[in-house]
Amino acid sequence: MNNDRKDHTVTTKSLSSSSAAVQLIDLAKSFGSVHALAGLTMEIAKGELVALLGPSGCGKTTALRALAGLQVLDRGQIFVDNKNVTFLRANHRNMGMVFQAYSLFPHLTARENVEYGLTLKAHKTPPAVRRARGGELLDLVGLGSHANHFPHQLSGGQQQRVALARALAISPKVLLLDEPLSALDAKVRTQLRDEIRRIQLELGTTTLFVTHDQEEALGIADRVGVMRSGVLEQIAAPIELYERPSSAFVAEFVGLTNPIRGTVNAGSIEILGARVPVLSGSVKSGTGIALIRPESLNVRANDRGTAKVFAASFLGASCRLAINLADGTRITAQVPSSDARSLGAGAAVDVEFKPMPVFVKDVK
Amino acid sequence: MKMKDRSLLVNVWRRIVLAVVSLYLLLPLIAMLDFSTKVGRHMRGLYAWRAIVHQPDLISAILTSLELAIIVVGLVLFVVVPTVVWVHLRLPRLRRPLELICLLPLAIPGIVLVVGVADIYRWISIHITESPLTLAAVYAMLVLPYTYRSLSAALNAVDVHTLAEASRTLGASTYRMLFGVVVPTIRSGVMSGAVISIALVLGEFTISSLLNYKTMQVQIVLLGQSDASIAVAVSLASLIFVFLLLVIIPTTTSRAIEVLDTDE
Repeated sequence: MNNDRKDHTVTTKSLSSSSAAVQLIDLAKSFGSVHALAGLTMEIAKGELVALLGPSGCGKTTALRALAGLQVLDRGQIFVDNKNVTFLRANHRNMGMVFQAYSLFPHLTARENVEYGLTLKAHKTPPAVRRARGGELLDLVGLGSHANHFPHQLSGGQQQRVALARALAISPKVLLLDEPLSALDAKVRTQLRDEIRRIQLELGTTTLFVTHDQEEALGIADRVGVMRSGVLEQIAAPIELYERPSSAFVAEFVGLTNPIRGTVNAGSIEILGARVPVLSGSVKSGTGIALIRPESLNVRANDRGTAKVFAASFLGASCRLAINLADGTRITAQVPSSDARSLGAGAAVDVEFKPMPVFVKDVK
Repeated sequence: MKMKDRSLLVNVWRRIVLAVVSLYLLLPLIAMLDFSTKVGRHMRGLYAWRAIVHQPDLISAILTSLELAIIVVGLVLFVVVPTVVWVHLRLPRLRRPLELICLLPLAIPGIVLVVGVADIYRWISIHITESPLTLAAVYAMLVLPYTYRSLSAALNAVDVHTLAEASRTLGASTYRMLFGVVVPTIRSGVMSGAVISIALVLGEFTISSLLNYKTMQVQIVLLGQSDASIAVAVSLASLIFVFLLLVIIPTTTSRAIEVLDTDE
């Protein structure tokens, strides 16, 4: 019996796991001719929440499963807390995982599901402590009153909350979230996303969150890693990833962009008569296509303006305008709703670029 | 109004179907009860039923059949269930070949099976044991198609993969994952498999008769040649017994599964 578990008190603070730094080094995995991972290398700091974002088939779930011990690798090493766990079996890795599919054990109640890990040899806990802990974790996810409900008596969102509590019950070294919100409706998804972040910050658990939803990734993570074809294209804080993409793929995958042709010269690009600084990794000279964010454009109503709004969509706090420039180029601008009252369809406007750095990709 | 008439018609039709099916199933049983309680031409009595306990050969054969049923259920629970689950979870490429192998006994007539295993049984009875309990091996093979189908249906009805992976990440050993999560999840399939196995073993005649073992059905046939009333009474009793098992087994299997799910 583990002595430190014997002394376990049941305050929320006590649930904090001694989270460990994770290192994934040169991970490779192929399924036939498909290279799901092609040399993925990344690190997660203690207590950090990193989101892996990417299109279907980019290898993000394979990476998470490899970290969980559910996927045997062709090559590479995985370190958790400076310990090589590459060949350690899943049941010895001490990682809590929440799956995309509902994964509660159907023959157990919510409380029994949460306590399940603590009944196992790996995390054996005295029954009294186990019960208190199960109750406390259910309270933490807001389901204390549903302790005796079976999974079929819970909604999808409630099931995922119980799954989260179950994953946290074993005080995991790393919490792994494999698109846990994708089966939920929009409102529940936002609520649960915020709850996951609150609990993660409260417990300080190192977390890897896999998603294909960029809003989810940008909204929850300390850092977001964008994956493509089995490798990491860029990993950075959400705002940096959005404002300073290091590749055309990242710029185009995260958020909207307007591709506008221009000439690059001395670290800036000339587009439509304005000079805009160019981000590193962009085309260095000659003709390129600047990827301009919709909110990087200033739009002003002007009866003599050469551009014309041909559609306006109200989004709440902001308004999205589809604009035809004088040369026929179609662009999208996003402006605060308060500034968009006179910018309805058919309005003549002036469009200016804010002097924010942009990524410029090759014309090819 | 039309809808009301229609629903009334459907209700009447349902009752007619139910009555016909009930008659079809119950008539033979009523006839058996009638035959086994007849004494002479016009008298009624429980002579045949009382006589069952005074037939030592029959009692011994009933006990043998029950022991065989228990062994076969054990084999199903500890060999067939883990094998089918393992193939389903870890070796999906073997699913088709396994299904084919499991369904083979359906395609092979009993007499062919006996011809195939007769030499082995002759050797076993000479060199190892003459116990009829050795029949459990052939019976386990005979019940394979039914147990496989019920297990396979139960496994396909839930996402067992994710449940197994969830239990692994929480620290479960293979044993705990199998008997603590997967088997309870497919409990209905396991129970169906167990009940079918018992019914099949208690009702099997061809193989045990041809291999010269005295099981319940063989003894009933032998008894029928000297006293048909007792033979019919035993047959009816065994049918009632299997029916009761259908009611009792779901509870006991649940308890058995809970016992299996103890920490290693």
